[in-house]
Amino acid sequence: MTVRVPLTRRRFLQIMAGATGALIVGVRQARADDGDTPLALLGDPVTRLGPYVRIEPDGRVILGARDPDCGEGTHTSLPRIIADELDADWTRVEVLSLGPDLVSGNDSLHWRYGHQRSGDGSSIPAAWQDLRTAGALARWLLVQAAAQTSGVAAANLRCENSAVIAPDGRRFDYGSLVKSALRQAPPQTAPPLKTPDRFRLIGRPAGDVDAEAMVRGEEKFAIDQYMAEALTAVVLHCPWPDGTLDSIDTQATLAIPGVRKVLQFQPEPGQPLGSTPIANGVAVLADDTWSALRGRDALKLSWKPGKNANASTAAMEQRAHDLLQSQAEPTRHVREDGDFAEAAKKAAHRVEALYTQPFVAHATAEPMNCLVRIDTDRIHVVTPTQSPQEALTVVQRLTGMPASRIDVQVPRTGGGFGRRLDHDFLAEAVTLAKATGTAVKLMWTRDQDLQHDFYRPGALHRMQALLDRRKRLIGWNVRKASASVLAGREVPADRLWTSENNPDALPAGLIPNFSSTWYELDSPLPRGPSRAGHDVVDAFATQMFLDEIAHVLRKDPLDLRMELLGEPRMLPGMAASIPIDTARLANVLQRVAVRIDWRKRRTNGHGLGIAFHHIDGAYCAHAFEVSVRGERLRIHRAVCAIDVGRVVNPLGLQAQAMGATVDGISTALGQIIQIRDGRIVQTDLHDYPLARMAQLPNEVEVISIPSDLAPTGASIVAMPSAAPALASAVSAATTIRVRRLPLMPELLRKL
Amino acid sequence: MQAQPVQTPPDTITRVPPRSGISLRINGEPYLHTGDPAMPLLWYLRDVLQLTGTKYGCDSNVCAACTVLIDGKRALACARTMETLAGSDVTTVEGLAGPDGRLHALQQAWIDEDAILCGYCQPGWLMAAADLLRRKPNPSDADIDALPNLCRCGSQPRIRRAIHRAAAQLLATKAAK
Repeated sequence: MTVRVPLTRRRFLQIMAGATGALIVGVRQARADDGDTPLALLGDPVTRLGPYVRIEPDGRVILGARDPDCGEGTHTSLPRIIADELDADWTRVEVLSLGPDLVSGNDSLHWRYGHQRSGDGSSIPAAWQDLRTAGALARWLLVQAAAQTSGVAAANLRCENSAVIAPDGRRFDYGSLVKSALRQAPPQTAPPLKTPDRFRLIGRPAGDVDAEAMVRGEEKFAIDQYMAEALTAVVLHCPWPDGTLDSIDTQATLAIPGVRKVLQFQPEPGQPLGSTPIANGVAVLADDTWSALRGRDALKLSWKPGKNANASTAAMEQRAHDLLQSQAEPTRHVREDGDFAEAAKKAAHRVEALYTQPFVAHATAEPMNCLVRIDTDRIHVVTPTQSPQEALTVVQRLTGMPASRIDVQVPRTGGGFGRRLDHDFLAEAVTLAKATGTAVKLMWTRDQDLQHDFYRPGALHRMQALLDRRKRLIGWNVRKASASVLAGREVPADRLWTSENNPDALPAGLIPNFSSTWYELDSPLPRGPSRAGHDVVDAFATQMFLDEIAHVLRKDPLDLRMELLGEPRMLPGMAASIPIDTARLANVLQRVAVRIDWRKRRTNGHGLGIAFHHIDGAYCAHAFEVSVRGERLRIHRAVCAIDVGRVVNPLGLQAQAMGATVDGISTALGQIIQIRDGRIVQTDLHDYPLARMAQLPNEVEVISIPSDLAPTGASIVAMPSAAPALASAVSAATTIRVRRLPLMPELLRKL
Repeated sequence: MQAQPVQTPPDTITRVPPRSGISLRINGEPYLHTGDPAMPLLWYLRDVLQLTGTKYGCDSNVCAACTVLIDGKRALACARTMETLAGSDVTTVEGLAGPDGRLHALQQAWIDEDAILCGYCQPGWLMAAADLLRRKPNPSDADIDALPNLCRCGSQPRIRRAIHRAAAQLLATKAAK
């Protein structure tokens, strides 16, 4: 049995019976390019069902989580969005991680589950669009079934904790209604969604669904999964990103018990970054990890540098300097409001500063790994990924296997931060499995992870501000030089600026003469997506510069920001369709200021710093209180106010705000990736330091702003303002202006 | 390389010479390691026994994701080879709960404080915290600061709270006895 209910032209609900007599409800998503094709012509609905809700006759409710959970909490929050609409008993809900599924209909392919991507703040807004309807339809069918069974009109029935309840107190458990629900005629249109006053789960705190398995050590990450026949592969990539293997002697390696094979692999020419191995490399395949590691140690090999043999961070920085000093035409005029050059002629004062930020790595907790078995008619893959669909696409391209025969399993993942939107490691594993004819369990060691990353590019910002005689801010000019994240990724040259700039970035729209230009840099280091990406580097330069302007004006940094925001209004976005609400920005700023007692002068040598930022309709501000004694920086307080619209899971939101704040601190304090003689300098977590407990604040005080607006993503917005608030507090405590990251080496140099 | 609980063969079977190897106890069970004596405990736990709660995170002894207890004391499983462990008693995160499966106070506190995030480093923190509470039943913030573990997701503030919560819980239980 299968039935469908239209939602919009391109989406409809699907009902069908499971093998055990379960009720299954899903949202079917047509391809975006289906255009105006009538619904009826979209093909066989059964195979195009995205099942999210499954109710078993025994009352268990199984909810699909389509976006991977790398620590963003999506395996808790997404099912709760469905469960609320369904009025399911949360204690009886089981969450199932959904892999990618490419299904075919009338000459077209589409992804069964629609949105399937994590780490860019898009999971919750996408879920709000379509997942609630799946819960609502299942609930509607169950109510119809209960009406038939009880003889009570559906309108007089209510639902609670996985049961339909009649006015006379009779209670019908969902499990008992499943059989009858399957026989109900579906509604002509999608059943109405709940009004927010009836939410039972949305807005209430919920702990991680996998918490118990995690603390028992029973949760199986991809790296924890084994296949009896799989060979363990550890790899060594060429230390020069564009270098090649010169010579190799595998004799000693192959003599080690347990070692089976040594194989070489290469990036495929012409393939975009992230879908093919990241560099030339050698893999040692053995019966177990230890033998493979020993075998790798015993390799006698030499590498040949490529054309970037002399590249160095110092030279790259110099090039950026020269470019921004020159009169060269920028690669892109990102935004021009008013006339900065004209205003400069009339300005009474001018403020200038240069901000230098380094390349940084992702350093996810769980290193890159992949388990793959290729049979003649089936491929099985287990891998940590933020984009299951992209993972499947890479496997399909490398093997030619039809998508229907590729099974990609997506376990809980030990951190993503953008690194796992790329699938170079998966391409390596598949390549090795094809070459050996056996299953392969690939694992990168930490040195490979840090030295062969798609880094967040560093940047140089040259900032100029113009003040008139009355000391009003009348001009802002930001010239930025960076290497694009999109280079080498099949993106047209005239779009490379988009990964490095946002025309709506603060303070755009707030200053009459505003100019933002971008100068493209070349870099031998591969770049890729990262948490909040360029927003992090741009916010640092912007917020630190606002402090410098306040300093020149002898103005309080908070007052300057509030004046800049001005009257509450909506600023139209140039790039995004989402306008910027200055009232919400002012609010988060005020909230952190009040919480940290901003107006109270510190007499104990402590310094305060404040910063704010917005991304896609989400708003955030940070305030820090720090002290520096000798060479020790202590963060006494860290306050974060966050406004993401409606809060689905307050506990999850606080976790994301806390985590992003710590990420911002940790990255700013000591992290830098450098190259010297064409090779990455950093080798492990001892020289690429993550902040230790003692360096972090005891608490991150998170203020979440209540809102009835549609929810936006929470995993990225709290990252950008953390570092400038911290650095600004350090400046206040020490009078040292921080214009270069990482902060600790810079501070120690200047102290 | 093989590992199996030590068993006494029945008398009716032809006697073979006892297999040589490194015998140790892990989570209360006896094991005999007959593979490379230089193998680090980390890979023995993960690859041989498939006790995968103990995680790999780095090669310079700094991340502490592989923290276990050896004879009751904190140790890094990546830095201890099997040959140093003859006769030792190892506890991994899988052995932290009671024999009846009841969660350790730390595990419960981790759930109550929702300290998980990605979860990858948490077994290491739990074992390091168990060692801390053994030494200092009522640890100060400075004691917690001294833990060597790293957390990439930034859950440290919740981890701190969870340790304080578990300590209070254990002290209260002790006082009640």
